[in-house]
Amino acid sequence: MTILVQFAIGLLFGLGLIVSGMSNPAKVLNFLDLAGIPAGTWDASLAFVMAGAVAVTFVGFRYVLKLAHPFFADRFHLPTRNDIDPKIIIGPAIFGIGWGLVGFCPGPALTALGFGSTAAFVFVVAMCAGMVLARYIAGLPSSARVTTSVDPLET
Amino acid sequence: MVATSFTPFASLLGGALIGLSAVLLMWATGRIAGISGIAARLFPPYEDREFAGRLAFVAGLIAAPVLVRVVTGSLPAQTIVAGTPLLMIAGLLTGFGVVWGSGCTSGHGVCGLSRLSVRSLVATVTFMATGVATVFVMRHWS
Repeated sequence: MTILVQFAIGLLFGLGLIVSGMSNPAKVLNFLDLAGIPAGTWDASLAFVMAGAVAVTFVGFRYVLKLAHPFFADRFHLPTRNDIDPKIIIGPAIFGIGWGLVGFCPGPALTALGFGSTAAFVFVVAMCAGMVLARYIAGLPSSARVTTSVDPLET
Repeated sequence: MVATSFTPFASLLGGALIGLSAVLLMWATGRIAGISGIAARLFPPYEDREFAGRLAFVAGLIAAPVLVRVVTGSLPAQTIVAGTPLLMIAGLLTGFGVVWGSGCTSGHGVCGLSRLSVRSLVATVTFMATGVATVFVMRHWS
């Protein structure tokens, strides 16, 4: 049951990506291209996607997190860290370069697989390799792992 | 570059669906809808027993365009101009960066900002900035 529900929630996320236009990397790149503002080619759509998503999530989380526990689980898993360490800048800096090169972030790239896109397949395979590599390096004993009790992948 | 048209209403609606999905995932499983975290945890090392649920979520993401095609008979435009070497480099950087920075556009950008997380704000500003810089270099420095 919970598996079916999570499939449906993922499906809704993917539909949101398609309806919003974010399944098209060209729209993302045209948003990131600030030189397009004076040139008249700037596509501000991504800002509206973020606004819509943050507005609903901001209100929705407020209600959901008042519940005693999630419907299918015994507790909420919320990130608790608020320190600014080098990783929270270096990681997103590297991700942003990858994002700007092609216009794919992880969600739209996965959804693009369902378009039957060969390019998306190549991107996703490389992305998974990058994920595995980063988790491997983060797990090495030499790596200063300040998150002993906290999951390192938590947002 | 490929010209795209500004779609404020569709993008606002699609964004709201993404937000609804994030809220429903929190309601159902108590977890942040961070695509990078969900995807990265499909690979070992496994720290919990949520593998099947994560796989189902990713399967839903991939099934969305299939459903759209079945219902409407077509799919919206998807233009990818990058060649294979660039796709591989971008994919590697994206995969590495989202794990190193504990999230991507969904986990930090949508869920994190909604929770008023300082870490997510720093992350979002940073990937937006390097994304903008990268597009600038790629499009206007040659």
